[in-house]
Amino acid sequence: MIAEAGLAALWLAAALALLQLFLAFAGLKGGKSELLAAVRPAAVAQGVLTAIAFGLLITLFIRSDMSVLLVVTNSHSMKPWLYKFAGTWGNHEGSMLLWVTVMGVAGAAVALFERALRRDTHMATLGGQAAISLGFYAFLLFSSNPFARIDPPPPDGQGLNPLLQDPGLAFHPPTLYLGYVGLSVAFSFAIGALLTRQVDAAFARAMRPWVLAAWILLTLGITAGSYWAYYELGWGGWWFWDPVENASLMPWLAATALLHSVTVLATRDALRAWTVMLAVIAFSMSMVGTFLVRSGILTSVHAFAVDPERGSFILALLAIYIGGALALFGWRIGSVREGAPFELVSRETLLVVNNLLLSVILGIVLIGTLYPLMTEAFGHKVSVGAPYFDRIAGPIALTLMIALATGPLVRWRRDRAAAVGKRLMVPFAVAILATVSVAILAWGRIGILPFCGLVIAFAVGAASIAPLWKRNLLRTPLFTWGMVIAHLGCAVSLAGMACNSAFTVEKLVAARPGDTIQTAGWSLRFVQIKPIAGDNWTALQADVQVDRGGAPVLIHPQSRFFASPPTTTSEAALLTRWNGQLYVVLGEEVEGGRWQLRIWWKPFVTLIWLGGILIALGGALALVGRERRGWLMKWRARRAFA
Amino acid sequence: MRMVFALLLALFATPLAAQTALPPAPWADRQIPNAAQERKAKALMETIRCLTCQSQSIADSNASMAGDMRSQIRERIMAGEQPEAIRAWLVSRYGDWVSYEPTAAPILWPLWAAPLFLLALGLLLMRGQIKRRKGR
Repeated sequence: MIAEAGLAALWLAAALALLQLFLAFAGLKGGKSELLAAVRPAAVAQGVLTAIAFGLLITLFIRSDMSVLLVVTNSHSMKPWLYKFAGTWGNHEGSMLLWVTVMGVAGAAVALFERALRRDTHMATLGGQAAISLGFYAFLLFSSNPFARIDPPPPDGQGLNPLLQDPGLAFHPPTLYLGYVGLSVAFSFAIGALLTRQVDAAFARAMRPWVLAAWILLTLGITAGSYWAYYELGWGGWWFWDPVENASLMPWLAATALLHSVTVLATRDALRAWTVMLAVIAFSMSMVGTFLVRSGILTSVHAFAVDPERGSFILALLAIYIGGALALFGWRIGSVREGAPFELVSRETLLVVNNLLLSVILGIVLIGTLYPLMTEAFGHKVSVGAPYFDRIAGPIALTLMIALATGPLVRWRRDRAAAVGKRLMVPFAVAILATVSVAILAWGRIGILPFCGLVIAFAVGAASIAPLWKRNLLRTPLFTWGMVIAHLGCAVSLAGMACNSAFTVEKLVAARPGDTIQTAGWSLRFVQIKPIAGDNWTALQADVQVDRGGAPVLIHPQSRFFASPPTTTSEAALLTRWNGQLYVVLGEEVEGGRWQLRIWWKPFVTLIWLGGILIALGGALALVGRERRGWLMKWRARRAFA
Repeated sequence: MRMVFALLLALFATPLAAQTALPPAPWADRQIPNAAQERKAKALMETIRCLTCQSQSIADSNASMAGDMRSQIRERIMAGEQPEAIRAWLVSRYGDWVSYEPTAAPILWPLWAAPLFLLALGLLLMRGQIKRRKGR
């Protein structure tokens, strides 16, 4: 019954989306406010129904209902509770249901909480949201039904890919999807504004919190995914330029650009057309990413099933929505007035530089990701990976960091170059100091890109806190704090990346129990190896006693064997210290009772993800800071009314 | 007769021989003692694709084939071969696909030109904007 109820909820939600679309556009066209009055309730009901459908699928997974095909192919009754729950979205159909649910809930949130937007634009936005939802309902219901039954039900399921059986699965996909699909709201806002021809500062102020919220979650999702890959894959890499990672990076780049251009539009009423364009591009990138991941044209841990029919379906959706949005843009943008003019030396110019560089990086990532597919069509298989992206996107990203350091120190409208130069004196001095110290300490050990990265990280770190100088910190607005912390996060993350790539010490050994290994100031004693058992796995576990002059600590790298499906994974042992991480992996047994151990000392590697968290935190502060005034006013009004 | 028996035995033993004849990968997870050589080998490994995994380099893959390739690379580096020669050898064996380092093949020219084109286009657009704005 649960599966049928879930399917019914989905169909009903799809029908409501159709109704919502009709009500919004018929109402707007005919100026009938009785039709428009029903749009918001329809959006809310749609959100509730998708949430119910999703909740029911979770229930099926937790109950291990083996009469449901999806549960059979992706779950197992012996799996721990957490992975039964999180396994709901660890497969194609479940993750598409999550996608649709996020879209429905985001639409409901826009219906419930958006108050600043002009009414007609609000209605057109909800209509737009319904229009994109419809395509994905169709995809789910016609080619990826998560509630399909199987008859007769098998005794047990086939289990979940053990690489995914990690607490990361409970956090990374939902957060990422909230951000990824949350960008659909920005897309719908753009559609709404184009339809009602309201591309102005008020529109930008209304759109900003939605963009910010999606961007925060996307940042957290990517950060979590990177850390998960880092500890799970067992080789100490934190970014692989895997097409699927690129698929999440591209919307993030577009959203980051959008976040800055929407501020220009909100503050100075400039960059109108460009901001709308970016809002369209951001969610388009989410859809392109989904196409790449779900169509099976790429092989990846994220590509659950290779199915050309699904691929063509998503490609059709892509063509309709992106093509449609761009056509609407082309048709309507002529009627959007030019924004306010601005001077060469102004914060606006630096924000345009930010947008330019982010867009170029986005273009590089997009082209680099798609290029192998294009050459394959000509019968030539090539690989585009880290060497290309590092070499091309790296220097542009570093240039972007310099713009990031400068931007907040330049005034809106117009500034004097000499005054800006004066404000940049301290960061510049820090850069020189860092250049000299890094050169003295690490000459010959550090590549050119990590070197520049480290120096720029120090300079940006100093510049990012500069807006707080000589200010009363308690009276500094929260959104200024947000900007400062997010920019500081970029510097922190960059420093982590540079340190990791320049100073990592690797040691590969074959050791017997009892042996002691010395590396990077650490002493590791391989105590013993013993079998242990978990819920649905058995493992060989090494006990390794490590110390660096202080009290020894015991760490336990494991090699795990899962029976269903039969897979071996290695669980790295990580020891975090303030100045880095010790990363130990147990490999295979080699001749003579010796075991492969892979040991890395990674100085300051944790800064990479700490920076990511700071960036998201900065976003959250900016969001609260901007919105608090509105909330306070509403709360006071409500109290006065009561 | 004894000869035939011996031959037969030898024939049946071929799988065994194949087992041991498989090139062992002694250097798959063992560093070259010479640190400079190991650095060279490592840098090369990071740009060679693991043929049996999902977009990973052989430097971070558990696949046995990646281990064999790491071992090959270390041995060749120790024998004094240059990394680019080893890459060329791998490419001749497995095709362009094996190298993450894009080559200068004509089919890749657009890939190298794209960033420059994008940057130039962006700067042109931006310059036009600001100039026009200034002139007003």
